[in-house]
Amino acid sequence: MSPLSDQSVARLRQALEEPELAGTRYELLAPLGRGGMGSVYRVRDRELGRELALKVLTVEGGARAVERLRAEARILAGLEHPGIVPVHDAGLLADGRPYYAMKLVRGVRLDVFARSNPGRSALLRAFESLCEAVAFAHERGVWHRDLKPDNVMVGDFGEVLVLDWGVGEVGTPGFMAPEQTSGAAVDQRSDVHGLGRILETLLAPDPPRALLAIARKAAAPDPAARYASVRELSQDVARFRDGEAVLAHAESLLERGERVVRRNPALFALISTYAVVRTLLLLLVR
Amino acid sequence: MGSSFPPTRYSVIAGVGSSDPALRRVAWNALVQAYWRPLYKYARLKWRHPREDAEDLTQSFFARALEKSFFDGYDPGKARFRTFLRVCFDGFAANEWKAAHRLKRGGGETPLSLDFVSAEGELRGLEIEDPRDLEAYFQSEWVRGLFASAVGALREECRSAGKLLHYEAFARYDIDPPPEGRPSYEQLGRDLGLPASQVTNYLAWARRRFRAIVLDELRALTATDEEFRAEARTILGVDPG
Repeated sequence: MSPLSDQSVARLRQALEEPELAGTRYELLAPLGRGGMGSVYRVRDRELGRELALKVLTVEGGARAVERLRAEARILAGLEHPGIVPVHDAGLLADGRPYYAMKLVRGVRLDVFARSNPGRSALLRAFESLCEAVAFAHERGVWHRDLKPDNVMVGDFGEVLVLDWGVGEVGTPGFMAPEQTSGAAVDQRSDVHGLGRILETLLAPDPPRALLAIARKAAAPDPAARYASVRELSQDVARFRDGEAVLAHAESLLERGERVVRRNPALFALISTYAVVRTLLLLLVR
Repeated sequence: MGSSFPPTRYSVIAGVGSSDPALRRVAWNALVQAYWRPLYKYARLKWRHPREDAEDLTQSFFARALEKSFFDGYDPGKARFRTFLRVCFDGFAANEWKAAHRLKRGGGETPLSLDFVSAEGELRGLEIEDPRDLEAYFQSEWVRGLFASAVGALREECRSAGKLLHYEAFARYDIDPPPEGRPSYEQLGRDLGLPASQVTNYLAWARRRFRAIVLDELRALTATDEEFRAEARTILGVDPG
């Protein structure tokens, strides 16, 4: 036969990877992305006339990967939370690969959202929502192990969804905790580390010291030096947002004064005005 | 070409070192078939050897590799086999072949039957300046060869199983669609005299078989499960490095 053209090789590569949806209720629309274990496609559910995301094991996945993808589907199905993408269906394709269908999340990745300059307040709200979802999973004994901005989507209405609960054994360099790199025991504090690294990436240059201290405490190399839980981290962020002192940072008297002023600007203006008027009156009486 | 591959899940890399002469021969042929074309093109582009020299280098390399059991030294823990093979080829070209070539052109070994004319035609006057691009080129040529072999095996399988329409659907949709673009399933069905739903089934079957053949050949061309998975990821467009 004549040699394969570059275009033929590209089409065959695509044909190799595409999930075989014959015999399912899904119609392939477009690839959405590819991770270490699976690829995600946008599909149409012909029965219900809606679009979904379909995660399919990559072609080269072995028996262990099959079990991991199934475990991921089961874990997700057990986590009913507005911040965790819901699973609608799972099964085996005709080509033998396992899949699961989940809600198609429309929105942008957290890092893209941060680059759109939504303001610190909106960013912190998104971060707290992210913490809520992760804390919910932790309360059910599920650690994410690969928290990073790519795995967090911010929807059109500001809703935050955490993706890729891949029960992965390997995290992402730059975000995974030192104990994951060294193969030591992993617990909820490993996710606290991931959240701390995410918070650091969300902060604008030269952030408030208290906020930076929160991120650094969360991402501390030693698990014992981190927040003990995601809820503790989230509560400290909420304290910062509400203008209260945070656990992660011992503030100086000056910082405390500045914070009190920022928190109560009207009261500070009233006191200042009173002090000026009182001084003027004293001077006039003399 | 695909029929030259050993049975499923058999490693060619292990086979070339086998004490069984028949097994060694089958494995050796499979290895030569998978690699001679990328190596020849690589030699033409990297050192800009004239055609005759590149042919002689390719022939001599395989002859000497067989004679000296070059590939026995392959350690799957250190590199992928195709990288190891290319490095062997680089070393052979720089030292042994260069010296031998000065003394006697051609080496004197019985040449392998390789279609250099078609390989030359595929080069199409390609020029690559950056050595990193050459590595990528070698890889892409290796993938092209693997796919071509799998397509050949699929065609043979379809022919012997009386499923030529399956192959035709696959060829017209995935391998070589008309210049104006891929036909719709309806159009393809009209061309092949099949209902569109049948086209979907035929295409799905052919793709499934193509996938299985590619993965089988890839298993044969790799030494370990880890290497197999790494190569599969590369072929599918994600190279873990």
